[in-house]
Amino acid sequence: MTGSKIIVECLKKEKVEVIFGYPGGVVLPLCDALYDSGIKFILTRHEQGAAHAADGYARTSGKVGVCLATSGPGSTNLVTGIATAYMDSIPMVAITGQVATHLIGNDAFQEVDTTGITRPITKHNYLLKNVEQIGTVFKEAFYIAKTGKPGPVLIDIPVDVQRAETDFNYPEKIEIRSYKPVYNGHPLQIERALSLIACSKKPIILAGGGVISANASDELRSLAEKAKIPVALTMMGLGSFPTEHDLHLGMIGMHGTRYGNNAIMEADVLIAAGCRFDDRVTGKISEFAPHAKIIHIDINPASIGKNVAVEIPIVGDVKNILAQFVKNIPKTSTAEWIERISEWKKKYPLNYKNTDGLKPQFVIETISELTKGEAIITTEVGQNQMWAAQYYKFKHPRTFISSGGLGTMGFGFPAAIGAQVACPDKTVIDIAGDGSIQMNIQELSTAVAEKIPVKVIILNNCHLGMVRQWQELFYQKRYAFTCLKGKQPNFVKIAEAYGATGYRATKREELKKILTRALNHKTGPVFVECVVEPEENVFPMVPAGASLKEMIGGLA
Amino acid sequence: MDSIERHIISVTVENKSGVLARISGLFSARGYNIDSLAVAETEDPTVSRMSIVVKGNEKILEQIYKQLNKLIDVIKVQDLTTEAHIERELVLLKVNTAGSSARNEIVQLVNIFRAKIVDVSRKSLTIELVGSKAKVDAMIDLMKGFGIKEMTRTGRIAICRDTSKEK
Repeated sequence: MTGSKIIVECLKKEKVEVIFGYPGGVVLPLCDALYDSGIKFILTRHEQGAAHAADGYARTSGKVGVCLATSGPGSTNLVTGIATAYMDSIPMVAITGQVATHLIGNDAFQEVDTTGITRPITKHNYLLKNVEQIGTVFKEAFYIAKTGKPGPVLIDIPVDVQRAETDFNYPEKIEIRSYKPVYNGHPLQIERALSLIACSKKPIILAGGGVISANASDELRSLAEKAKIPVALTMMGLGSFPTEHDLHLGMIGMHGTRYGNNAIMEADVLIAAGCRFDDRVTGKISEFAPHAKIIHIDINPASIGKNVAVEIPIVGDVKNILAQFVKNIPKTSTAEWIERISEWKKKYPLNYKNTDGLKPQFVIETISELTKGEAIITTEVGQNQMWAAQYYKFKHPRTFISSGGLGTMGFGFPAAIGAQVACPDKTVIDIAGDGSIQMNIQELSTAVAEKIPVKVIILNNCHLGMVRQWQELFYQKRYAFTCLKGKQPNFVKIAEAYGATGYRATKREELKKILTRALNHKTGPVFVECVVEPEENVFPMVPAGASLKEMIGGLA
Repeated sequence: MDSIERHIISVTVENKSGVLARISGLFSARGYNIDSLAVAETEDPTVSRMSIVVKGNEKILEQIYKQLNKLIDVIKVQDLTTEAHIERELVLLKVNTAGSSARNEIVQLVNIFRAKIVDVSRKSLTIELVGSKAKVDAMIDLMKGFGIKEMTRTGRIAICRDTSKEK
């Protein structure tokens, strides 16, 4: 069997249903083998789109996303997508072609050192130089991608290896002596954690993306309800706990809720699950949660103690450990604490002034209402992302798909395509800005060709809004390179030119009608350009490097 | 607690191409300082051992330990500084002897240090010395007076002592 046929068989063994990719010279044998393999191939219009689509597919389905590109520019175009997945711990296998083994190192046509370039942004990578290794390498790659702290794995395959012949052999089991993720939390640590919670008066759970990737939302909810502990979320944790739950504290951090941040600053015990205390979450690190003893549960030992000092580290699978918490949780007396928090909630709700013009927050709220919190929301990066995080009322895990760690503009649209492929029956909406949508707008062609009915809501404020906001607040309103007034394409016409549908909303009154029409459009992608107030800011806000106490803006 | 100290870390890794790049890339990407790094195959040809001398406080050391362990190809990480161990370094020193009567003096020092003269020319002597970092440093310091033409050091390698475990 040829190497490329073997690769296809490996993918089938891993139950890969779809590959997002782009062909090229040195992946011709592999593309040829995929042609009639039964594995769906979605041709994106740029390799970056393929990587983000595979990522969106993985985030929504929990399966390993697979993308494919040729050597040289193909693989460098994947880089942003791989780095995005790496920062957010998303299971992905990226397959790249490489020039023939005898040409490697010769600066051959379309040759780059792909494994060298992607080494710091993959969980692991391989240069597959020998056709005999294909089975083992693929088995390892998928195993590494989805176990432990998940992440992208890249396999670089020279074209002659794809053509070479050998027998197909797929190992049933894999044993990597140097890679043994720990799943069970240390029982003594769990015991210590529980007794710490038992004496706490003001406990808080902080749930991050790890809760979602470990499918631990049910355990999280049981724990919160059983022990009456309020739940704050990082942005990556959105969806792991329902927004409308009484114990929900919202997102914390730079654009978190005031009541959430207040609660963090007053808590005496912080149960952090599957989060890594990113600077956007903690604000000034030395003043973060000053009264709290921190219990940190994470599958990745390196996350623990990296940014904040931890009282009780518990390494292991969040689902597993939270389940043990639920089983043995002691009685807590948090009524007073919850009362105090609900006062904050009343006093400092997320709010904005709904004026005559179209407010971006209002757009998100309307979408939330129309979809009843059941849609999959992807976002780009910037204000659109923060408003989506703040104002959409999430009900389920894996429904908020956003580039958290890397903050990649251009992520949301291709990720939405991947999400829709994974969940064909769900409504998938990309909340975009007028800046970021143009970073991967070519994927409109993919969505049209594949009849993928994603809805792209472009919050058009004629600016690179988040940067503009910082310039307004911290750079004396010197709007360097952020104003796009009069420099923008007609988004409705762009949609139409690609064969998609485009709508434009400029007034509050018409928004609902237009959005409803867009949501009912099931045959292909829709662009909805919402011309929103250009100077609206995301509030409240903790200035970079300040403590979570120092929130600015917001009403009340 | 917060004092910055030198540690010698012994890392066993899969003996595959690219592993050294993974390790050195990790150190540079995360801004950890490497004093020296020595690597070669072990008794098991599929395994290599790296002896890395790093500087850092306790927190940095802990992160280095964890981040190294995160790499798929890393089998084991040991901070030898915290246990009984033996460490050695090898230095080759080419010392200037042109037009001086220093030759005898150098030979005497070489004997005192139990070093070896491994090459002789009209203008120089090349000395090989194996020892602890302190010993190597002391030798280098003494030779500076004669004029060091060229020098190469291996960086420290280390292995833990068995004696403490055999009780």
